[in-house]
Amino acid sequence: MRKEVWIPRLLIAVSVLFIGVMLVLPLVVVLAEAFSSGLDAFLRAVTDPYTLKALRLTLTATVAAVLINTLFGLTAAWAVTRFSFRGKGILSTLIDIPFAVSPVIAGLVFILIFGRISPLHPFLDAHDIKVVFAEPGIILATVFVTFPFVARELIPTLEARGTDEEQAAALMGAGFVTIFRRVTFPHIRWALLYSVILCAARAMGEFGAVSVVSGHLRGKTNTLSLHVEILYSEYQFTAAFAVSAILAAGAVLMLTARNIVEYLAHKEDDFNVR
Amino acid sequence: MYVELKNINKAFGDVHASRNVGFGIARGVLAALLGPSGSGKTTILRMIAGLERPDSGDIFIDGARVNDVAPGRRGIGFVFQNYALFRYMTVFDNIAFGLTVQKEPAAAVRRKVLELLSLVGMEGMEKRYPAQLSGGQKQRVAFARALAPNPKLLLLDEPFAAIDAKVRKELRAWLRDMIHRLGVTGIFVTHDQDDAVETADEIIVTNNGRIEQKGSPQMLYKAPATPFVTSFIGSSAPLENYRRLKGFENGSGAATGAVRPEFIKIYKEVDGITYENSVEEAVVEDTAFRGTYWEVSLKIKNMTLPARYSLEKAPIAAGDKVKALVYRLYAFDGDNVTLLENRNLDTHNGANRYSI
Ligand SMILES: Nc1ncnc2c1ncn2[C@@H]1O[C@H](COP(=O)(O)OP(=O)(O)O)[C@@H](O)[C@H]1O
Ligand SMILES: [Mg+2]
Repeated sequence: MRKEVWIPRLLIAVSVLFIGVMLVLPLVVVLAEAFSSGLDAFLRAVTDPYTLKALRLTLTATVAAVLINTLFGLTAAWAVTRFSFRGKGILSTLIDIPFAVSPVIAGLVFILIFGRISPLHPFLDAHDIKVVFAEPGIILATVFVTFPFVARELIPTLEARGTDEEQAAALMGAGFVTIFRRVTFPHIRWALLYSVILCAARAMGEFGAVSVVSGHLRGKTNTLSLHVEILYSEYQFTAAFAVSAILAAGAVLMLTARNIVEYLAHKEDDFNVR
Repeated sequence: MYVELKNINKAFGDVHASRNVGFGIARGVLAALLGPSGSGKTTILRMIAGLERPDSGDIFIDGARVNDVAPGRRGIGFVFQNYALFRYMTVFDNIAFGLTVQKEPAAAVRRKVLELLSLVGMEGMEKRYPAQLSGGQKQRVAFARALAPNPKLLLLDEPFAAIDAKVRKELRAWLRDMIHRLGVTGIFVTHDQDDAVETADEIIVTNNGRIEQKGSPQMLYKAPATPFVTSFIGSSAPLENYRRLKGFENGSGAATGAVRPEFIKIYKEVDGITYENSVEEAVVEDTAFRGTYWEVSLKIKNMTLPARYSLEKAPIAAGDKVKALVYRLYAFDGDNVTLLENRNLDTHNGANRYSI
């Protein structure tokens, strides 16, 4: 057979094999292990009070990360694409820091800032504010790690759509809020939703940074990922995999949502963008 | 003057987009900013609108200095080069935008939008989205949208650039008519001299960030102020040394200038010639049919000059020896231009016979 026929087949085969072994297989194993001791055992693990507490904390951190990062991501993307100012290049690079540094380092940074060795500590202690080894630390770490998603997705979108329509609106006397709501937002809504989904997916599964600031206080500062680790290290394999299954289900849900958003966005673009 | 710019300078980094720009436009006039691409036309328009801040200089609208007035408060309608219609709004909502921003009651908005739609000849299209419109229709919607809040000044950036040749001619007449009917003042930007000459009451020629000349289309054609305007408006050919031509020998040394095809008359038959002492021997280099006349390229004393030749006369072809009379030309002196008449014709007092 000719070379041109072989190359695509080879590439496809390699990709399918790799994705199968590295991505699909683990997912299948997780589900198989979760149900290996029967449905009852699975339900018991999932409805365990500590699991539920961990789930609640994971959801809280995820919602906080999504809200805060949407707000600041929008602000940063707007600033970078709509204004020219000194240090714009640096700001645009700084946005990527959470992707560049290891999450563990991010966690350590929060310990340094808010922990016992921090100069802030006496003040925090005096006002009974707990950041590290408490929920605020978990939320901060999650926000930090997922910050770039919204900004990174919106910057190219805002850049590509240009400022003409916004200027046209401003010339007709529209204020900032009207311009954003009626002109800019329709352009970025799908990109925003897309980035929120990615941000949420990442926030749910975050382990490294959260692990450092949590202190692993079961029922207090445990997220689902941390809870899985604890269960696993206590040889409660079924329970560990059952809780993992919750996270896996969340991930699949997010991927599905992402694909739907992608599909809808493409459909709209085909219509509206020349 | 309804709009007045005084000593405007604007630089983007090293690029001087406006150098000492100053001009005024009277109320109700439709003016064109005409110049090659990159000469600073859009920058001037955007500064008038407030979308760009001049580095120095003053902008007045209706007597008031507007440098520090926000774009939305200058009473300006702006039609962007690519129209910048709101892509996610219907035609109706696009046109209504400026009115709803001003919190006009819904019924009044509706009445005004429908009125504007019929003014621009787009009745029944209010539910369409911009993506469903042709270039000409988008332009009309952009025009209606800019007019909705009743601006006193309408600015248009390259309004005809994206329109094909046939619709373009109609649109020029339409724009001219509309501006005058509404009684607003208009400024449009174009790099196409036909757009400017056929549409504008007044033309402001820009080049390299400067204003070269301002005047009526006829005046720019007849009395160009600079060599640039001479070559940019109408057609012309440069002359390296016009003193070699009969009737223009006065003075000494080489002198540069330009000549228009309309300034040269070709004679095939010798008996038509009255002014032997002014006539040059010429060889036809090339002819091209232009529908209503021949465009002819003549070789006179080693110079190649353009001329026109009537279809009514005996035909000429490349290689023919003919006589040519250059009865006027433009002489350049630095940045100044003077119109020179053929001296030999003056003595015969026959210049009028040859006027265009
Ligand atoms: N926002 C900008 N940033 C940098 N350079 C610009 C900007 N706008 C215009 N220029 C430059 O200024 C000059 C004049 O531009 P412009 O006013 O758009 O010319 P025109 O409309 O006549 O084509 C050009 O050299 C252009 O590259
Ligand atoms: Mg331009």
